[in-house]
Amino acid sequence: MVQLTLPKGSRPTQGKRWKAPEGAKDVREFKVYRYDPENPGNPRWDVYEVPAGDHGPMVLDALIHIKNEIDPTLTFRRSCREGICGSCAMNIDGRNTLACTKGCDELSGDKATIAPLPHMPVVKDLVPDLTLFYAQYASIMPYLKVETPDPEKERLQSPEDRAKLDGLYECILCACCSTSCPSYWWNQEKYLGPAALLQAYRWLADTRDEATEERLDDLEDPFKLYRCHTIMNCAQVCPKGLNPAKAIAETKKMLAEREL
Amino acid sequence: MSRIDAARVRVPKAAGHGAGTWIKERVEAIALIPLSLWAFWAAAHLAGAGYQAMVEWLRQPLNAVLLALFVLISVDHMRLGLRVVVEDYIHRPGNKAALLLLNLFVCGLIGALALFAILKVALSGPANTLFGA
Repeated sequence: MVQLTLPKGSRPTQGKRWKAPEGAKDVREFKVYRYDPENPGNPRWDVYEVPAGDHGPMVLDALIHIKNEIDPTLTFRRSCREGICGSCAMNIDGRNTLACTKGCDELSGDKATIAPLPHMPVVKDLVPDLTLFYAQYASIMPYLKVETPDPEKERLQSPEDRAKLDGLYECILCACCSTSCPSYWWNQEKYLGPAALLQAYRWLADTRDEATEERLDDLEDPFKLYRCHTIMNCAQVCPKGLNPAKAIAETKKMLAEREL
Repeated sequence: MSRIDAARVRVPKAAGHGAGTWIKERVEAIALIPLSLWAFWAAAHLAGAGYQAMVEWLRQPLNAVLLALFVLISVDHMRLGLRVVVEDYIHRPGNKAALLLLNLFVCGLIGALALFAILKVALSGPANTLFGA
């Protein structure tokens, strides 16, 4: 069976509560998943009490504040702080999103749970291991493949053909979609997941690409593509507002047309 | 430490099929829309009509053929759906193979029994000669 509960050693226990200073106003509680590979033992939930006025407006600001001022051992990835690098993808308030574009005022209350992206191995605290995710992206050949010789200048494309890539090229590979997909949870060794499939379609839809047949051959598989059951979590959580499920549906249509 | 060894990660090669099954699921689903509506309409129509009337109804060739199609397509559609459930959730190879076989056999048995029953009534004489009655 699929693993519906965490193995014994991975179940989080109650951790430390980091109290806010006496008399602090507008205190929010962040319940954060902590795991340290160098100290054996189960992961734990640490609770940080943070006055809202002490940090900037986003959840990432709160995390940086915790790391700088409260607990320097807290580990997470972040870089651009404006939703373009995809580093700070995590599960906030039960939903995968980017910490840098999630406002603290959008949280459901003054208590929020922050965990790493679901169903991935955890490297440390909020840092998931995305090795497989990146290998899946590499496997779809995310680059232009052509047979015809290179033209003198660039390969031209009409504005209409270019428009076909809108809603596909914007993906930042943050992994929010793939790690929110139950099909990806249960079968990630075999199923490519929404992010890689969105990019696979980005190259199928590109009129300059000449490897459509080869790309379709690589996708026609009961697991790699057809484990998508149109659950739509991917489209629900995408912090860029993209719709991987639609791209997968278009890919299935291309395969069906080829078959008939 | 639970990190994945990057050198050992393999993305499987494509099996080269899957589109056919996907098309079949959809064709069956489309066929089942009118067939189910017809089957429910017929069931409602025949409710309380009695044994004789039921047998006479099923001896009409069109009714027998449509009912056989409804049952066989439903059973095959069920087989494909349950197969996906097993493939999604059952990961131990032995259990998976056993459950896929069980699915095939149970669905096959249901389909064969239903088809036999329909044909027996449809191809036999008037109701009073059936089942020694």
